[in-house]
Amino acid sequence: MTTPLAEVASSPSTLRAFLHGLPGVDRVGADARAAMLGTRSIKTTAKKQAIDMAIGMVDLTTLEGADTPGKVRAMCAKAVRPDPADASVPPVAAVCVYPDLVATAVEALAGSGVKVASVATSFPSGRSSLEVKVAETSLAVAAGAAEIDMVIDRGAFLAGDYLKVYEEIVATKEACADAHLKVILETGELATYDNVRRASWLAMIAGADFIKTSTGKVSPAATLPVTLVMLEAVRDFLAATGRKVGVKPAGGIRTTKDAIKYLVLVNETAGPDWLDPDWFRLGASSLLNDLLMQRQKMATGRYAGPDYFTLD
Amino acid sequence: MFEYAPAPESRDIVDIRPSYGLFINGEWVEPQGEGRHKTVNPATEEVLAEVAWAGEADVDRAVQAAAKAFPVWSAMPGAERAKYLFRIARIIQERARELAVLETLDNGKPIRESRDVDLPLVAAHFFYYAGWADKLAYAGFGPDPRPLGVAGQVIPWNFPLLMLAWKIAPALACGNTVVLKPAETTPLTALAFADICRQADLPAGVVNIVTGAGETGAALVNHPGVDKVAFTGSTEVGRLIAGSLAGTRKKLTLELGGKAANIVFEDAPLDQAVEGIVNGIFFNQGHVCCAGSRLLVQESIAADLLEALKRRLGTLRLGDPLDKNTDIGAINSAEQLARIRELSEAGEAEGAERWSPACPIPERGYWFPPTVFTGVAQSHRIAREEIFGPVLSVLTFRTPAEAVEKANNTPYGLSAGVWTEKGSRMLWMASRLRAGVVWSNTFNRFDPASPFGGYKESGYGREGGRHGLEAYLAV
Repeated sequence: MTTPLAEVASSPSTLRAFLHGLPGVDRVGADARAAMLGTRSIKTTAKKQAIDMAIGMVDLTTLEGADTPGKVRAMCAKAVRPDPADASVPPVAAVCVYPDLVATAVEALAGSGVKVASVATSFPSGRSSLEVKVAETSLAVAAGAAEIDMVIDRGAFLAGDYLKVYEEIVATKEACADAHLKVILETGELATYDNVRRASWLAMIAGADFIKTSTGKVSPAATLPVTLVMLEAVRDFLAATGRKVGVKPAGGIRTTKDAIKYLVLVNETAGPDWLDPDWFRLGASSLLNDLLMQRQKMATGRYAGPDYFTLD
Repeated sequence: MFEYAPAPESRDIVDIRPSYGLFINGEWVEPQGEGRHKTVNPATEEVLAEVAWAGEADVDRAVQAAAKAFPVWSAMPGAERAKYLFRIARIIQERARELAVLETLDNGKPIRESRDVDLPLVAAHFFYYAGWADKLAYAGFGPDPRPLGVAGQVIPWNFPLLMLAWKIAPALACGNTVVLKPAETTPLTALAFADICRQADLPAGVVNIVTGAGETGAALVNHPGVDKVAFTGSTEVGRLIAGSLAGTRKKLTLELGGKAANIVFEDAPLDQAVEGIVNGIFFNQGHVCCAGSRLLVQESIAADLLEALKRRLGTLRLGDPLDKNTDIGAINSAEQLARIRELSEAGEAEGAERWSPACPIPERGYWFPPTVFTGVAQSHRIAREEIFGPVLSVLTFRTPAEAVEKANNTPYGLSAGVWTEKGSRMLWMASRLRAGVVWSNTFNRFDPASPFGGYKESGYGREGGRHGLEAYLAV
């Protein structure tokens, strides 16, 4: 398999030189830009459009030790028809579960158009051998997962062993076969925006179809400035290679207001071409009910209580 | 496509009177002459109000009121003066939304800027100098520094209320009294400030506001009862004032024009540099004396940077200044628009290449699209003269020494910006740039604690910070 720019990974030193040759990110400036875009005022028709767009981009997620087939089936029902009282609400993009529950989700979602995504590669820490990670990926794909959310080896990244991170992504991508690969950078552990930019490029060069901020298990999870840096990376990667990569902020996005800020960020950074579930996702669980509540408020002018929206 | 629906800030919150008098000795008074002037909303050309034009007799009345208030105000313990300033600062915060809308209506700047930049800074300036009022003995100007007397202050139209704050807050903190003349095209927030003085129970005559044009300003600065003159505006007028005050006992500070260099090295954080360039020249439609109107970019990255800049300019939203999503508002006046057009045409005629993003221009009002000139040489007028509009001139350099040489090769010296991830280069540059402010990986950032002022034809004296006290003390 050849991916654009793969030649920069021909040795540890060429890969390192490339990643360290990317322009730096000034933290103060990136924070200020994200904060400014957060002040955009999205009202009336634009808000309506944004809410439906956001619902269609949700990766409805449950990643708990206590997950059961029953819980996953309930979530799948919600994914297909988020608001039982209103058929005009679009389904979400995907559900995201652990590998052993993929089969349950696939069955529950058959024919619905909602995709099944599975985390893999010893999520969330990634602390295992490559063999185990690849085997886990194959297991999820064999069970019918259309999308794999892998984690990178942050330890190797922070130790400067970029080639190890690269090779793991390449191997996982191979194990994915036709499944789409989302690469979780766990930006909360990478800490600096320079690292976020380097990890984004590393993942894209290695063949990622999506780059994703976080597992949701580490704080901070997704933030606007980190997502800004990643959106700049996919924009620049497209310009450099002609290959388009998606972005998925995940974790900590709970309100409609937050979700809309992310859509504005996409619109004014990577551009409106990315405002599509094929290229932008929101990894979330409780967000969906707030979107539904705001949607109903837009339609009726009144807020319904939380008991009018299903808890699954 | 994701189109943002209009999100206009309501103008119901402001109450503009049809006509305004002069604010003298704590009262609204009618001018002695018949002169009146209409102030318009530059985004629509709608007349907002009629304001008085103060003549010499009116200015005299105002100066006398200020002189009469001076003994009481200056003798008041600093802690007491501070209470008034803190009160004014709090009232400004409470009325921030109203003042922001008023500023946007009268000036044309986007509400996002008046709300998020102007008003917070205005309040911050009053809070900051309120804190100094009882600590002047520790400011480094001797154990008991004395105020000067009556300050005559003339301010420009680009940041009407903020420039008022820069002038009035330190003057009052030091114990001076004030006669202030706002710009003829943007008097409304200064007149609202007069109301705030009344709301704060500020003693009569401590702040007086006289509206008018150049003649009013001349009458004020030349009035024999004025002890201190502070002017922010064009270098041309500043030169006239300096000439007429030469040989008098009056203390003078001038904050004049600029032609700042925004210098981007090849190792800069590029995405943030692009934001800094945009913020440097398109903030407030480029009506900023310290605007980064000359982009000096290292030749090795010029093509990439310009491509990124043009892509970014394509996302700027020009239009209704009251819309909360507007990035670029209206040009303040027909006169200023004519000047921007004239210089831009000169740029084209001299051979620079002109570029603007596709951007619909409203039919009524004064508008100018964000404009970038590439292929600019140091000898072009657009590289030498202050345009005071949303027009960027792009020049290139090869080495740090050349960047310094080109940046300093201007009669001005108000500000500069340097973009590099290399700390040693940043310091090397900062120590060589002849500019009052050097921004490091940012641009157009202001803080009341930071002194601001120029070299050469950008003026003299400093405003802001501890340094800003000096202009209002007998030291």
